[in-house]
Amino acid sequence: MDVSYRWLKELAPTIAEPAAALAERITYTAVPVDEVIWLGEGLKELVVGRVESIAKHPQADRLVICQVHIGRGEPVQVVTGAPLVVEGGYYPFVGAGQALPDGQVIKRVKLRGEQSEGMLCSERELGVGRDAAGIMQLMGEFTPGQPVIEAIGFDDYRLVLDVTANRPDLLGHWGIAREVAPGGETDLQLPEFPGHRRAECTIETVPEEGGAAGVRVRIEDPEGCPRYMGAVIRGVTVGPSPEWLASRLRAVGLQPINNVVDATNYVLYELNQPLHAFDLAKLGGPAVVIRRAKVGEWLRTLDGKDRDLDPEMLVIADAEVPSAMAGLMGGEASEVTEDTRDVFLECAYFDPKRIRRGAQLLGLDTDASYRFQRGIDQAGLPRALQRVIELILTVAGGELDGKVVDVYPRPAQTRTVAVRPSRVSHLLGVQLNEETIRGCLEPIGFELSEGEGERLSVEVPTWRPDVEREVDLIEEVARRHGYGRFPDQMRTFRPTTVPEDEYVAIAERVRDVMVSLGFLEAKTSPFAPGGEGEVSLLNPLSEREDHLRSDLLTGLVHRVEHNFARGQRDVRLFEIGTAFRSAGGPAPEEHIRVAAVWTGRRAPLHWSGQDADWDFWDLKWILASVANVAALGSEVQSLDPVEEAARLNFEEPLLVLSPDRGRLGWAGRLPAGGLEAPRWAGPVWGLELEILPARPQPLAYQPLPVYPGVERDLALVVPKGTAAAEVGAVIREVSPEHLESLSVFDVYEGEKIPEGTRSIAWRLRFRSPDRTLTDEEIDVAMSRIVSALEERLNVGLRGA
Amino acid sequence: MEDFLSTLRELEETGSAAIRGAGDPAELEQVRVEYLGRKARLTLLLRSVGELPPERRRPAGAEANRVKKRLLELLEARAAELAAAVAEGRAESDATLPGRERWRGARHPCTLVTDEICEIFKELGFVRARGPEAESVWYNFIALNTPLDHPAVDEQDTFYLGSDVVLRTHTSPVQARVMEKWPPPVRILVPGVVYRRDPFDASHAPAFEQIEGLAVDEGISFVDFKASINYFVRRFFGEDVVTRFRPSFFPFTEPSAEVDVSCTICHGKGCSACKGTGWIEIMGAGMVDPAVFDNVGYDSERYTGFAFGMGVGRIAMQRYRIPDIRLLYESDVRFLAQFERA
Repeated sequence: MDVSYRWLKELAPTIAEPAAALAERITYTAVPVDEVIWLGEGLKELVVGRVESIAKHPQADRLVICQVHIGRGEPVQVVTGAPLVVEGGYYPFVGAGQALPDGQVIKRVKLRGEQSEGMLCSERELGVGRDAAGIMQLMGEFTPGQPVIEAIGFDDYRLVLDVTANRPDLLGHWGIAREVAPGGETDLQLPEFPGHRRAECTIETVPEEGGAAGVRVRIEDPEGCPRYMGAVIRGVTVGPSPEWLASRLRAVGLQPINNVVDATNYVLYELNQPLHAFDLAKLGGPAVVIRRAKVGEWLRTLDGKDRDLDPEMLVIADAEVPSAMAGLMGGEASEVTEDTRDVFLECAYFDPKRIRRGAQLLGLDTDASYRFQRGIDQAGLPRALQRVIELILTVAGGELDGKVVDVYPRPAQTRTVAVRPSRVSHLLGVQLNEETIRGCLEPIGFELSEGEGERLSVEVPTWRPDVEREVDLIEEVARRHGYGRFPDQMRTFRPTTVPEDEYVAIAERVRDVMVSLGFLEAKTSPFAPGGEGEVSLLNPLSEREDHLRSDLLTGLVHRVEHNFARGQRDVRLFEIGTAFRSAGGPAPEEHIRVAAVWTGRRAPLHWSGQDADWDFWDLKWILASVANVAALGSEVQSLDPVEEAARLNFEEPLLVLSPDRGRLGWAGRLPAGGLEAPRWAGPVWGLELEILPARPQPLAYQPLPVYPGVERDLALVVPKGTAAAEVGAVIREVSPEHLESLSVFDVYEGEKIPEGTRSIAWRLRFRSPDRTLTDEEIDVAMSRIVSALEERLNVGLRGA
Repeated sequence: MEDFLSTLRELEETGSAAIRGAGDPAELEQVRVEYLGRKARLTLLLRSVGELPPERRRPAGAEANRVKKRLLELLEARAAELAAAVAEGRAESDATLPGRERWRGARHPCTLVTDEICEIFKELGFVRARGPEAESVWYNFIALNTPLDHPAVDEQDTFYLGSDVVLRTHTSPVQARVMEKWPPPVRILVPGVVYRRDPFDASHAPAFEQIEGLAVDEGISFVDFKASINYFVRRFFGEDVVTRFRPSFFPFTEPSAEVDVSCTICHGKGCSACKGTGWIEIMGAGMVDPAVFDNVGYDSERYTGFAFGMGVGRIAMQRYRIPDIRLLYESDVRFLAQFERA
């Protein structure tokens, strides 16, 4: 909502602060003011010029030579191509050497041999409007040389208010003035227009159907339209508005159209009452019927579009066909034009929900619909209609014909809400007495009286549809009192009954592990194309993102490609996030997962040569490290590469299995063709793992060993095809309980051992908690291990 | 005897560690002298075998000889390793060469901000909670006192999965879910991803991080609300930062407030970061609307509370002076790696 500071001060002369201070006060007590704009910016040097004479340019058909009186000295010569310039007209003038608001400096030029000493400006050039076609003629009486800023009322500030949805009353200058005037409503006045013409309006209120100067007005849908007022003005002269009216509209960012339409927009911005003027000659009947649209009806609206109507929409029809979309936009056929002589004025209250529905169905949002949707002041209609009648009479002439009709099937009831001062203090945390409460509420139109017990009975003004409950009044008190005045005082609090979410805590630990392994945390898009997601969106932003991701790794791999494209060879990314799987119905299953992808060197480039590319053994360690935290109690298994690789789309795949939940995750090397990688890229590794909340078993301390351990090494020759894990399993199985640890410390393949075998060297450490083991018993154990390996796996000692 | 053996064990362990740790041949020679030289403890120990009772001399001598043999073997092996290293020109003698480095990981800037916020509110007794990202219309709107035909719904253009299922437009539905499940006092923080149907540009992302807070108990007032938020702001932004609370509108809080902090860059004078206003908007907040309590079965006469929501990405952008929100979601490693020290 764009607000004129001058306009506010006209309505509430008691406002004394400068614009910036007023804006701050509005921000602190009502709604935010996003911007305060000095409208005269860049216009200081411009003056009003009067065109004294116009002569044809001897060399050019399209140019004319004007002598322009600019208040001092001789008239200056201006050559212009503007077609509509008139003798005696007033125009904004910028002289040679001076600048337009956009910084462009005007030069003294010769146009086809004729000197031009300056320029007459268009609205666009002044930065006050959109019209760039012709120069801007100022309508009214001015003094040549008068500053343009003053002539067009741009010695003013525009306050840009971000009016919240609960404050429809602040969508007009009157409501804002009421909110900020020191004395509130009582400080306000409606000023007279220049040359003001009064109108004696006789209002005839009827429940269903009535008439104004022979126009029948009938409400067929009282739910959609609880109140409709109409009046007829005959004999108007439609034309440009006087400068004061046009400027006022420009000051709040509106484009002047003609005096009748401008008058309705003026009252819209002043009293927050949308109004519509119909060309009476174009209304069949003449009649005005407020009803639901019928199936098959259509209307060409003011913007030239043909719109198919729906029975959910409310229309204003004449005797036969719709002539306007109620509360949204007028129809082209009944639009007020320069030929219009008689107008029918509409001043109505439409149901917010109905207007909202219509706006949604038509994809249309106008100044009027915006206000109707939020709820205007139903009781304010008569005053707004009177105001616009007088404004039209003043600026467009004509006479009010007959009575004003007021079809009002269901007069609105005033709402009364009780408020307990004790509750106000309880919720706000400071003692506020009745006097303070009154001081906050009464200036803005709430009427307080004694209610039951300690209660105050509050009559809510009709322009505040948002205030329905005690708490709504408490908010009014808090904001009018000033949020800044409540003390910053920490008071005691009790601990919560709510336990910390398990997933959040585990995710944090998983993150710690990944970061300690050197990974960078990424956040990727949860949207995916159809091939990469199972769950579809009904209203996606684009076809490429019309699903939710069903895994995290795919998105991360795309991010690796993104980094490859930026020349980054070493990439290590992980993400903790949600994967969405279809669960049959519209609500998907949500899986909280960790995924990681990495490629390039395992460590930064180093002279010791320890910076080879990541390999499978790193993959195993990384997966095990994450799985140990993310899915406690799970186990990492390698898979038969041939069988599983194709299905998982991984080479060298690994699985994470849980004893009770089955497959929880997978990892491996991405197949070379699986992503777009430059030639210099290394292998790309990835993992994805479900995060499962689990409480770790309470940790119990193990006593430190007292007796010495014994280490023995076993160099085994293992036939190819026999897995190290099988060998390890046999060793563990036949070892005495004293086997403390078992590790592989060397693997060898080559000439020194028979073909078809490899050598795996193991180190075994034995230790007893209660005695020193003897060499003899270890020898026995070792020979039992060797013979078991020989028998079961055909594994022998190297060099034996 | 026990003494003899435990000394041996100790010598074996410390000796082998010293051998492995020797960085060059000179150092290794020192280790040799220390453990196997003429005056070394092991040598002396071996000499003292004769002083043991006769029946213990044999096993003690054998064990001592085993240890000596093992250390000699290790010494030899290490000497060979070091010789090889010298041969390859990798003498570890120039201490100005860079140390052996590891990749450093980093948390996402949004995580850094979320974690810090959670840490601070933890001091005020808040615990973390969570809820689904695909939410019912009830929890996302209606339970939060937002009828679907309310103009406020326009402002959060919503992704729909089904007629009754949306991608949550805020973390606030978790408020209702938690209150349905647990009795007061409630003090929760809800970090999470939320969705708005905004196309990606420099300041909008269709999915982004938010953090929500809710405190409910008997007697929580607007003063508690202000004090808690001010506590957070001072801890997070610094003691010299001031807040301003100004009226706003959210269907699920009343009174509602928008909280601004004085610009940390220009200290209120006005700069490009605060668009010349001197203030930076950090959260929407307010006292929980009684309608929300009614919807979750809390006694709205007895309990009161406050709630707040913050855009984590916005705060991260402000804190780290990130000009474009897309940087947060592009996963460029040159960007992410900058947060390794944070």
